[in-house]
Amino acid sequence: MALNPKKHEMPTQAPEVRAHNFKEVALGYPVEIAIEEANRCLNCKNRPCVAGCPVNVDIPGFIMKIKTGDFEGAYQVINETSSLPAVCGRVCPQETQCESKCSMGIRFEPVGIGRLERFVADWHNAHATEKAAAPEPNGHKVAIVGSGPSGLTCAGDLAKKGYSVSVFEALHTAGGVLIYGIPEFRLPKRIVAKEVETLKELGVDIETNVVIGKTLTIDELFEMGYEAVFIGSGAGLPNFMNIPGESLKGVYSANEFLTRSNLMKAYLDDPKTPIQKGGKVAVVGGGNVAMDAARTALRLGAEHVYIVYRRSMDELPARREEVEHAMEEGIDFRLLNNPVEILGYRNPDDPRDPKNGFVTGMRCIRMELGEPDAKGRRRPVPIPGSEFTLDVDTVVIAIGTSPNPLIKNTTAGLEVNSHGGIIVSEDGLTSRKNVYAGGDAVTGAATVISAMGAGKIAAKAIDEALRQ
Amino acid sequence: MYRIVSKQPLNPTVTQMEIEAPLVANKALPGQFIILRVDEEGERIPLTVAGTDKARGTVKIIFQIVGATTELLNHKEAGEFLQDFVGPLGVPTHTEGVRKVCIVGGGVGCAIAMPVAQEFHRLGAEVTSIIGFRSRDLLILEDEFRACSDRLIVMTDDGSYARHGNVTVPLKEMLEAGETFDMIITIGPLIMMKFVTLTAKPFGVPVTVSMNPIMIDGTGMCGGCRLTLIEDGRRVTKFACVDGPDFDGYKVDFDEAMSRGRMYADYERHAYEETCNLFRHA
Repeated sequence: MALNPKKHEMPTQAPEVRAHNFKEVALGYPVEIAIEEANRCLNCKNRPCVAGCPVNVDIPGFIMKIKTGDFEGAYQVINETSSLPAVCGRVCPQETQCESKCSMGIRFEPVGIGRLERFVADWHNAHATEKAAAPEPNGHKVAIVGSGPSGLTCAGDLAKKGYSVSVFEALHTAGGVLIYGIPEFRLPKRIVAKEVETLKELGVDIETNVVIGKTLTIDELFEMGYEAVFIGSGAGLPNFMNIPGESLKGVYSANEFLTRSNLMKAYLDDPKTPIQKGGKVAVVGGGNVAMDAARTALRLGAEHVYIVYRRSMDELPARREEVEHAMEEGIDFRLLNNPVEILGYRNPDDPRDPKNGFVTGMRCIRMELGEPDAKGRRRPVPIPGSEFTLDVDTVVIAIGTSPNPLIKNTTAGLEVNSHGGIIVSEDGLTSRKNVYAGGDAVTGAATVISAMGAGKIAAKAIDEALRQ
Repeated sequence: MYRIVSKQPLNPTVTQMEIEAPLVANKALPGQFIILRVDEEGERIPLTVAGTDKARGTVKIIFQIVGATTELLNHKEAGEFLQDFVGPLGVPTHTEGVRKVCIVGGGVGCAIAMPVAQEFHRLGAEVTSIIGFRSRDLLILEDEFRACSDRLIVMTDDGSYARHGNVTVPLKEMLEAGETFDMIITIGPLIMMKFVTLTAKPFGVPVTVSMNPIMIDGTGMCGGCRLTLIEDGRRVTKFACVDGPDFDGYKVDFDEAMSRGRMYADYERHAYEETCNLFRHA
């Protein structure tokens, strides 16, 4: 059988259809395609893909099981290392991780590892009837702060080892950024809910509506008998550009825009929580969050959506697949442009005009790329006199976040860096004994899988510390 | 789920409830707030804590029926449950070093001002309270304020009860008569807080205002509650949920805050009407 040099295409909803619904864009491999794709894996000896995975999933191991049609067996292989395969198969940047190391990739396209992982997880979720069994308790209690990817991973790993684990979540639904941040069309909420249910079957206790740093402090968790704490509280307050007009009505941070749509379900027809729908929308930024916000705005009924980014396509930090999907859907990329002011309506004759204070446009200046900066990225430089106005009704600012101050301010001796990120050692230990941290609370905005990797490392370190 | 322990109307549009939430009751201090959801599909709304009973593990909230969610909340009875109740959020009111304080409350804002007045009274500070309402039938908490104030002045906009006029009138008289305060704390409609601040300004008395912007998570994630402070001529963005809700009144850009507060005015009016219709047909 000739080896297929290309990855099997992921079936997707047609762009013109999906641009108007919140259903998942990528539909997943059917069984036959999954087996064919699995057959592309050479099962090479040095297994470079495993090293490319932040949680070191036994990739050739699970792919071998797919080849033989043992999909549940494949799931069990992944489950040994990853607690959230249905999530990772969808949102991991495999192209820069496992797949970038694939031996097939030297001459051809790499094996579609992410797509196969998703296939296996979806197959398990659709077919498996057995509940995860809670292991024999080992008598130790651990508290996890935050139920996002790092917290859920840490909780899952510890629960599998017999720890009694409580996860404290500030919001009313568990899942963190997987629920409030990543939209339904990229990661259906039922998938996150399913992964959370699996953790509960393992005995993990999830306490929503508890804000650590407010409702309870880290010190109180120790008083309550928890022997170790993992802080996975996530990214914090949204950054703004500090340009005039950012407080006008119709200017959102990406966090607010996405939270309204995802967590509060403002995308429904008659939502309890409002969001500005329709009109023209500019999303400022070039990361995955910017892509999510732009594509959400489109699905909410926007007539035109711009991505405004100050560098060029080469520097755009979003995943290539997300950028391609956004382009197919008709998102208008205005690259090498930087906003300088957001303009609002003001009726000079009537200060009570209800339209006053709403966004009408955004002034931008064209940029060109200058010398590379310290990180090697070419610095964007404004072109004098090139200002112009984009007519828009909504502006969504997706230029990152700064760590949340609540835990730092209420935990004596917890050291943070100049950006406010919690300082940790290689194994996730903070400056406080038995307090570990990981994910965006440490690194600032990063990926789901790197947060999961941090949760995993901390779980291992907590286990070693508490067994002594 | 969080049980409603008691419910009591304070006037035709303002209701008081006690909610069983021991962890919140154990921690909440005057000036802090909670966020609740009435039911599974409900929106999150912030309400200031109006008192706690640590022994019973209850938190008192007082709300005005102004929209869909508060209408829905008002249809819940004692013994029923709220879906979500989280807190305490925000920074407690700063009380240190304040020996003589003037509390200026307006309308349902008095419900937020009351525990602050009580706290100063408990700490032994001299408390002057000025509370204002549109008319007599909207008056709330007069007895409670009397019990914790060395001096209480009640105002109504239409003169239907006590003194006629708004809260800035007696404040101005006192300040002009040479009275001084370590701090004026004002809680109520933005426009009232703006004018209390402007009234105090010529006399140089520090003013603390309690901001209540639109919020979603309330924990420092979404940034929807942002407001602008003007510090040394620079415009600085602050977040009411983690930096506030109390701010230095002299620094707050009230006009911007008022404009932002009306972002969803049309939507809210529509949702409120829909909810009212729902109950009418039920």
